[in-house]
Amino acid sequence: MPRFLKEFFTRNGVGIGSLMLGLVLFWTIGLIILPQLSMLDFSFRPNLPPPEVGGPKDVYTLENYKYLIFGPEGGGQAFNAVDLKVFFRTLVAAVCVTVFNLILCYPIAYYLAQSKGNHIRIFALMLIIPYWINEILRAFALRIIFGETGVLNTLLVGSGVFDTPFDFIRNDIALYAGLGYAYILLMIFPIYNVIESLDRNQIEAARDMGASWPMIHRRVVIPYAKPGISSGCTMVFMLSAGALAAPQILGGPSSLWFTQLIYQQFNDNSDWPQGAAYAVVLLVTCILLVLAIMRLFKVNMGDIGK
Amino acid sequence: MSAGVGVDLENLWIRFGDFVAVRDANVNINGGDFFSFLGPSGCGKTTILRAVSGFLEPSDGRVLIGGNNMKGIGPNKRPTALIFQNLALFPLMKIWENITFSMEIRGASAKERRKRADELLDMIALPGQGDKLPSELSGGQRQRVAIARALCAEPDVLLLDEPLSALDLKLRQHMRTELREIQQRVGITFIYITHDQGEALTMSDNIAVMKAGVIDQIADGKTIYNDPSTAFAASFVGENNVFRGKVKRVMGNEALIETNRSGDLVARISSANQGRMKEGEDAMMFIRPEAFTLAPEGASGDHFVTAKVNHEEFEGNAFNIFMEGEGGKELKVSIPNLGQSFEDHTGQNITLEYETNNAVCVPAGELAAE
Repeated sequence: MPRFLKEFFTRNGVGIGSLMLGLVLFWTIGLIILPQLSMLDFSFRPNLPPPEVGGPKDVYTLENYKYLIFGPEGGGQAFNAVDLKVFFRTLVAAVCVTVFNLILCYPIAYYLAQSKGNHIRIFALMLIIPYWINEILRAFALRIIFGETGVLNTLLVGSGVFDTPFDFIRNDIALYAGLGYAYILLMIFPIYNVIESLDRNQIEAARDMGASWPMIHRRVVIPYAKPGISSGCTMVFMLSAGALAAPQILGGPSSLWFTQLIYQQFNDNSDWPQGAAYAVVLLVTCILLVLAIMRLFKVNMGDIGK
Repeated sequence: MSAGVGVDLENLWIRFGDFVAVRDANVNINGGDFFSFLGPSGCGKTTILRAVSGFLEPSDGRVLIGGNNMKGIGPNKRPTALIFQNLALFPLMKIWENITFSMEIRGASAKERRKRADELLDMIALPGQGDKLPSELSGGQRQRVAIARALCAEPDVLLLDEPLSALDLKLRQHMRTELREIQQRVGITFIYITHDQGEALTMSDNIAVMKAGVIDQIADGKTIYNDPSTAFAASFVGENNVFRGKVKRVMGNEALIETNRSGDLVARISSANQGRMKEGEDAMMFIRPEAFTLAPEGASGDHFVTAKVNHEEFEGNAFNIFMEGEGGKELKVSIPNLGQSFEDHTGQNITLEYETNNAVCVPAGELAAE
């Protein structure tokens, strides 16, 4: 038995220790790893009617992945331009949402972490309360704000900024706002947590030595906050790339999100293997992208948990 | 040594809401001096330092550095460098980057900075340690890096906020000598904040003793120790025995004090109070533990104190006798150990003698808390 396990059991007793270990293993293996493996398995199989499952036609194939890249066989196109475009647009949009969120949330997190007093608690509460309302309602609330006859358009047209209502939904502004808003807390809190532990004297020391505010942030605060920034970005990126409700409700008619394609494959086309392949591609690409960016910014996996 | 840049505080007041942190401070610090603000925690000494460094604007009065009014000039524009109590080294920067951070701000090249860092590392006796991180150094080494980092900015005035308080006793004493040496070598003005009278006395050219936002006395260490101007200064700096009473008679620079417990005793009036102590006024008289000698039995007069011995202890370099004193406070006497035989007096009455010059009296005032 490895030492950490032995210590774990001596600290918690064999009974409670096994229970805790069992639950954690059930959670990671039973609820995450096994279903994902089964999805992976699905993605390599043809879509067969139930009687033929396990039959001679049920062999491993790359068909579903080929479909994403090249489209239906004999479809007349060199590539599956529609789906690929949606795929890349989703990734780019998720990156944009993440960057936008970071720019918006870093100052807020810095302010919250560096000020003292009761008003900070009220600020934090005001950030949290909207999350008591469920995601779908929040998305519809944004629709009310951004809709053609919505609050924003009434204000803008009424005050004469625009002559005709601006279509925030068709231009995807509502979608980006919705996605950004949905994950604000996931960006603020990891950054806040890290900056809160930053010794104020370090900021003053840098200032005393003549550093300007941008310099202080570049050389002192941001390097220190890097673990928080990367966990915030990772979460926001992963969740917005995998979001379904916000694109469904706030997306314009032309703006399909890749998750919507996956949803269609599973639900409308009943093509689980195809859906699984799409989901696997999205998952793997997102993970690789996150790892690449972590490598680029020299963040270790261990830092993210901080 | 260059004359250095002086710092003047003129009628300086600092208030936080209703709370007065610094009350009408007037201090002239000569260029090139090692100047200490000494006082218990909460007396406003760090507030003064923050006003000099520019993190705090005075509510009233002026801070002058080299004769220039610093009003409205931010901490990043003042010719001061501050060493923080917890040093505030940047944990993610290597030692050489830490030291030359002020040069990085000014846009110096990495090569220049590296060269300067190596010079400073030699000066603080840490050659070749530039590529380490602060966490890889010991407390004393980090201390020296903080000094090098502050000196690298080539400040006219170095401000130190109790930088030794986190070190253990041995290292602290060693760093005192080292700080003093560095100050004399670079020749700039050092302003040092401390609650440790030993640090203030050993390092400083001049000391300001502070109590509750007020500066009680400004003088060199010897004067503060031997000739305190207030009861607070007398009781805060070094160990002291207090005798409360009234002035019975003033005889030139000496006064006869009618003490509450020990009869009439004679004392020297401290310089700042000469001509200002009136007969019949409340007074306090201070005699240091080491200023007493054992008197022959039965001796009496205006420079003899008799009291019962509560207990005694042997401290190595001295025998300490604790006697019944005033207001529940014990009277402490230290007899240097010169190899003489020493009998136990516990429970007996003994008589002590002192020289008038070693007893100093001041108007009654607030004493330093234990």
